[in-house]
Amino acid sequence: MSSNKKYWKSVEELKGDSSIVETLQQNEFVEEIPIDDFLGDKETLESSKTSRRDFLKFVGFSTAAASLAACEGPVTKSIPYVVQPDEIVPGVANYYATTIADGFDFSSVLIKTREGRPIKVENNTLGKVNAGANARVHASVLSLYDNQRLKRPTIKGEPVAWEKFDAEVAKRLQAQGGKKIVFLTQTFASPSTSKLIKEFSSKYSNVSHVVYDTVSEDAALEAFQSKFGKRALANYDFSKAEVIVSVGADFLGDWQGGGFDSGYAKGRIPSKGKMSQHFQFEANMTISGANADKRVALKPSELKQVVLALAGKGGSGLKGKAAEAVQKAKAALQRAGGKGVVITGLPDIEAQQAVLSINSGSEVMDTDNAILTRQGSAAQVNQLVAEMNAGSVGALMIAGVNPAYSLPNAEDFVKGLKKVGLVVDFAMKMDETAKLSEFVAATPHYLESWGDVQLTTKNFSLMQPTIKPLFDTRQFQESLLKWIGNDKKYHEYIKENIAGSLGNKKWEEALHDGVFEGAVTAVTTTENTVNSTASSRMIIPAANAKGYELTLYTKTALGDGEQANNPWLQELPDPITRTTWDNYLTISKADAEALDLINKHVANGGLNGSYANVKVGKVELKNVPVIIQPGQAKGSVGLALGYGRKEAIQKEMQVGVNAYPLYQNFSTVQNVTIEKAAGEHEFACVQLHNTLMGRGDIVKETTLEIFSTKPKSEWNEMPHVSKDHEPFAVTSPEVDIWDEFDRSIGHHFNLSIDLNACTGCGACVIACHSENNVPVVGKTEVRRSRDMHWLRIDRYYSSEESFEGDNEKKDNFDGLGDSLSGFGEMEEASDSPQVVFQPVMCQHCNHAPCETVCPVAATSHGRQGQNHMAYNRCVGTRYCANNCPYKVRRFNWFLYSENEEFDYNMNNDLGRMVLNPDVTVRSRGVMEKCSMCIQMTQKTILDAKRDGRAIKDGDFQTACSRACSSGAMVFGDINDKESKVFANKEDDRMYHLLEHVGTKPNVFYLTKVRNTTEV
Amino acid sequence: MKKENLRNSISKTLLALVVFFTFSQVLLSQETPVEVGAAETADAVADAENAATAEGQSGDAAKGKELFNSLCASCHKPYSRSTGPALHGVTERRDRDWIYEWVKNSAAMIASGDAEAVAIYEEYNQTAMNAFPQLSDADIDDILAYVEQPKPEPAVAQTPPVGGETSSGGVPTEVILAILAFVLALLVIALFLVNKTLNRFASESGIQVVEGPTRKPIWKAFVENQFLVLVTSIFLLLAGGYFAYGYLMQVGVDQGYEPVQPIHFSHRIHAGDNAIECKYCHSSARVSKTSGIPSLNVCMNCHKSISEVADASNANTSVNEDYTKEFYDGEIAKLYDAVGWDKTTQSYTGETKPVKWVRIHNLPDFAYFNHSQHVSVAGIACQECHGPVEEMEIMRQHSPLTMGWCINCHRETNVKVEGNEYYEKIHAELSKKYGVETLTAAQMGALECGKCHY
Repeated sequence: MSSNKKYWKSVEELKGDSSIVETLQQNEFVEEIPIDDFLGDKETLESSKTSRRDFLKFVGFSTAAASLAACEGPVTKSIPYVVQPDEIVPGVANYYATTIADGFDFSSVLIKTREGRPIKVENNTLGKVNAGANARVHASVLSLYDNQRLKRPTIKGEPVAWEKFDAEVAKRLQAQGGKKIVFLTQTFASPSTSKLIKEFSSKYSNVSHVVYDTVSEDAALEAFQSKFGKRALANYDFSKAEVIVSVGADFLGDWQGGGFDSGYAKGRIPSKGKMSQHFQFEANMTISGANADKRVALKPSELKQVVLALAGKGGSGLKGKAAEAVQKAKAALQRAGGKGVVITGLPDIEAQQAVLSINSGSEVMDTDNAILTRQGSAAQVNQLVAEMNAGSVGALMIAGVNPAYSLPNAEDFVKGLKKVGLVVDFAMKMDETAKLSEFVAATPHYLESWGDVQLTTKNFSLMQPTIKPLFDTRQFQESLLKWIGNDKKYHEYIKENIAGSLGNKKWEEALHDGVFEGAVTAVTTTENTVNSTASSRMIIPAANAKGYELTLYTKTALGDGEQANNPWLQELPDPITRTTWDNYLTISKADAEALDLINKHVANGGLNGSYANVKVGKVELKNVPVIIQPGQAKGSVGLALGYGRKEAIQKEMQVGVNAYPLYQNFSTVQNVTIEKAAGEHEFACVQLHNTLMGRGDIVKETTLEIFSTKPKSEWNEMPHVSKDHEPFAVTSPEVDIWDEFDRSIGHHFNLSIDLNACTGCGACVIACHSENNVPVVGKTEVRRSRDMHWLRIDRYYSSEESFEGDNEKKDNFDGLGDSLSGFGEMEEASDSPQVVFQPVMCQHCNHAPCETVCPVAATSHGRQGQNHMAYNRCVGTRYCANNCPYKVRRFNWFLYSENEEFDYNMNNDLGRMVLNPDVTVRSRGVMEKCSMCIQMTQKTILDAKRDGRAIKDGDFQTACSRACSSGAMVFGDINDKESKVFANKEDDRMYHLLEHVGTKPNVFYLTKVRNTTEV
Repeated sequence: MKKENLRNSISKTLLALVVFFTFSQVLLSQETPVEVGAAETADAVADAENAATAEGQSGDAAKGKELFNSLCASCHKPYSRSTGPALHGVTERRDRDWIYEWVKNSAAMIASGDAEAVAIYEEYNQTAMNAFPQLSDADIDDILAYVEQPKPEPAVAQTPPVGGETSSGGVPTEVILAILAFVLALLVIALFLVNKTLNRFASESGIQVVEGPTRKPIWKAFVENQFLVLVTSIFLLLAGGYFAYGYLMQVGVDQGYEPVQPIHFSHRIHAGDNAIECKYCHSSARVSKTSGIPSLNVCMNCHKSISEVADASNANTSVNEDYTKEFYDGEIAKLYDAVGWDKTTQSYTGETKPVKWVRIHNLPDFAYFNHSQHVSVAGIACQECHGPVEEMEIMRQHSPLTMGWCINCHRETNVKVEGNEYYEKIHAELSKKYGVETLTAAQMGALECGKCHY
């Protein structure tokens, strides 16, 4: 029986004859259908040649053709090798140790190859230095298959053969007639390359070599040189540190070449009531600051005062909380004695020297085994540009750098370039500099090259090709060998050259390991006086009363911008802002309000922000999008380098603004003026809810003091539910609606994530992308919350000074009014918040809510604990995603492979070569999610079965746990009682995400502990 | 008068057909004895030749054949160039003493600077011949006697007889069927004509054909019987459903798929007649997910010295009436062409043309199958899934490769746990849990979706 009840849709309907109701009733569609545009226009109708009859013919034909075509299965061809190489077995992966050294990232890595194609980067566990690959290094395998790469050498833009290229260059080199020949290169840190350039100098007269680091560490290098007489950087082993005081150094990011996170993480795991204490003074919010026990936001000019205060040389300018924090840090350092360390990232020689002096007695700093991966000299680069403009440079050989894009005075450089007789650019792409160079020597990717890298004084790493060059390219060193008339191949040259430093290792062995330790050559410590020109050149500008202080930084995703054409990196959310596909000006809330700059949420994932014009001296950057960043020091702003590239970059990836013009004098700190510009920028964020709102059961956090003195129930309580007025733990079978399944036999996989060790670096996210063929969806889709990351790293700010404060505030709400206004306040992050990272992937619940709602049983549970997803069975109802409390399921709204609309790596033959053949490429309309790398666990089991052996702890890995160099992710079999993951599961810090839901996940977390101990 | 003629012509045609069939039967029945006879004669001829040539030489050709096969055959062939030169006619080219010395220690001869020795060493890419000091001069004579036998001519009887109704295949079935159909059509026409003629007679003779009482047409009666209609339609629906289901279920199932390959590779010869172990060529099946189509260098391990198949005169020949020696030799030539092997110079030219085989077993991308799991761990014979490959002239898909087929096997097959340390613990615990001695793959978890779909 139908009801006569009338439902009012709005108040308007009450009015009886409201015109609005009338019009709405008439309008079937909200927006008018543009039929009139077509049908109403006689001309278009007549000019259209397709008649109704034709249309029907087409439809009929295509239907018939489609059904005919469907009658017969496609014929698949299979082409075996003619001569199969011994080491290749189709279907079995080979691993090769090699090294990335692109001038910004230096790392010893293992490359997984399948049928001769490199498909994944892994950490080289034999390496002692820089063995942990960061997100960019993990993504570098995709840059090998970049469609925009140069395919052969060119002269004046015309492709030529190498023979002609060599002949032309030789002729032109001879014609120099004593004019200067200059090499402008990245830091190679390669003994063989240095030797080669020397040999080149002896063949041609008047040769000089200028090393240029796109993002300079000049101040630190100068300071080290003045103290130790060698152009290098001090090395730090943070695992030995008890107290770490960082002043503006993002040492978990790219500070001084990076690679310190694994040592740092070791010291952060509380054991026997001890863990390291980390103070961070900084202007921008960095991942180092996010991990700190105590973070103080200060402007760069104040940061220098902090360094001086710590060195006992001044610091009178500090007031209030900052002064207090400095005193605390100082006291902690004194207590730690030789186990304390101070580091700074300020581009200021005085500050760098002060730090070296403070650390002189520290065990943490190692100056003997100094870092050699930054060699650039700002002075020499400036001098070169001047000389070029003066017309005294006869030939310029550029290798591995793109100065026309990345030099702050790029315009001068470009002008000077025209006055140079011979310009040869060794480039992988037709980038800004290559476009302006007469000769462009196409170089191979590092995975196609040979090389040796001296990472530190003692530690060497070797580079070997993992694939035959894809294009007609030749590496820089091979070209040099040819031009000095040496017939040797470069790998023979390296082999001879490093024979002396190999020690008792054989060449083959060193090549197999990828790394070796050379004979130690002690650094002579001569205390030089700094020359005054250098110190005046590298100094932090004094505080600017009117303007703002800008700190330029490099983002986790793009670094110096070398891999800007890599879609994986573009779509990697920034660990702090969780924004993809952009760089932006970070500004504190107070300053934003003062300048009338706004951020507003317009949709899930859709953040709109104002534009601002940023001006340094006479250089102005227009329309820089603004993000309000909690924790940004008042009076300071931040902007990432490496974006805004236009040449040899696919259109979709030409995003962001180029901040290099602001990088005056190679100083990351600049005085700027900011004014609001018109318009709104559309950001694509993957997380807009920034705070936990006192939900302490999502991220559990406590202090070292409570952790070591109070019982577990105080700081990591198991939630209870009431049954018959009796409290039961939520995990108790008494309150469970499911019957427990016996999982004690066979393997039972668990993944442990230690929130103390996770630095938020994002390497796991990219590793997951490359292992599991996760598609890139593009900026507009991310903005619609349709990102496909199987693994995300949630970042939460506290809305009070600390998360503890949040919990207290929430617990003390009194009445409805209080909680309504209170929760509203708690959505806002604090000005100086605590920050926490939490990697979240499918939790592989033993009592999975997704499995029970799937109408076609496409998702089901395996007895090994994994939640399986059968893509071919999925019909795309998305019930599972709705029912998932962790929101980790991802739906394929579109076909992301071989689709022009998503023109990323899966849309071209070259880019598809990176796909992992063991994992299905998902199609449109199916759900997907983290599989706990079942292809990897199955492979481990199969290998063990074939060898007839039991499986050891550590054999089982997932892509993320293998990529995690800080040891935050541990994967294994909890039925193996000897395993590390089992020990973690029994740890007091263990908890499950949303334990009270009762899903019994197979992923668990270890409570974050902060060391807030005061002396 | 007209009708008389007509009747005559029909009966004539019929008579002719009957005669034709009787004869063709007789002709077909004769073919078998003819062929047997031919083969016998060929053998006899070959034997006679052998005897004649053996007597003319000083050595014992039979003994020589034995020695040749055990020592020389890996590098030499009697009548064609291989790693070393063809040996037939060597006694004319060289002095016997020179041959004795060369066979016993060729390296010494080359070292001593013997012009002929050095020349031949250079000609064959400086490949040194093994020294055979154990051979006596008499042994060498025996070998020479064997290789100097004249090359046996291909048996004459092997060439298929040309033309005539005695062709070995007989009359094709299609022809017989077509003739039968034709005859039937003729009979129908005849019947029709006879009926027509009779009617005309009747009308001409004024006889009234008596019509029976008009009965209800059968279809009308059927339509009116509702019960029958109901039963029939239910039956038709069910039958239709059955066939539709059957049809839909075979969509995408390529059981029996037997495509023509670019090179006619006979598994019957390799795996059957020569009993080569499957994994000799498909070696990656032991360690990899794919069994691997052998690369051409694997073929050349044997085919470097096997450039032709044995002809029909050989008792172990693989050729038969469908595939002749010329055909197989042509296929080997295709291999040489693809791999870039020059038979005359016995060297690689470096010009290769990869072979584009047609893939027979196509698992969809979303199903993961690993050969090594089944071959190495479970120890399942290849024939279990691939059928009697050793009998297949052309490779075909033996099994349906459907999920149901996989699952059935997983339900029935016991896991081979003996001697595998990996299984020790899990087997002990699981067999206790299920109370059984042996565990099926399904009990081990081989029915879980995620084990094959990821």
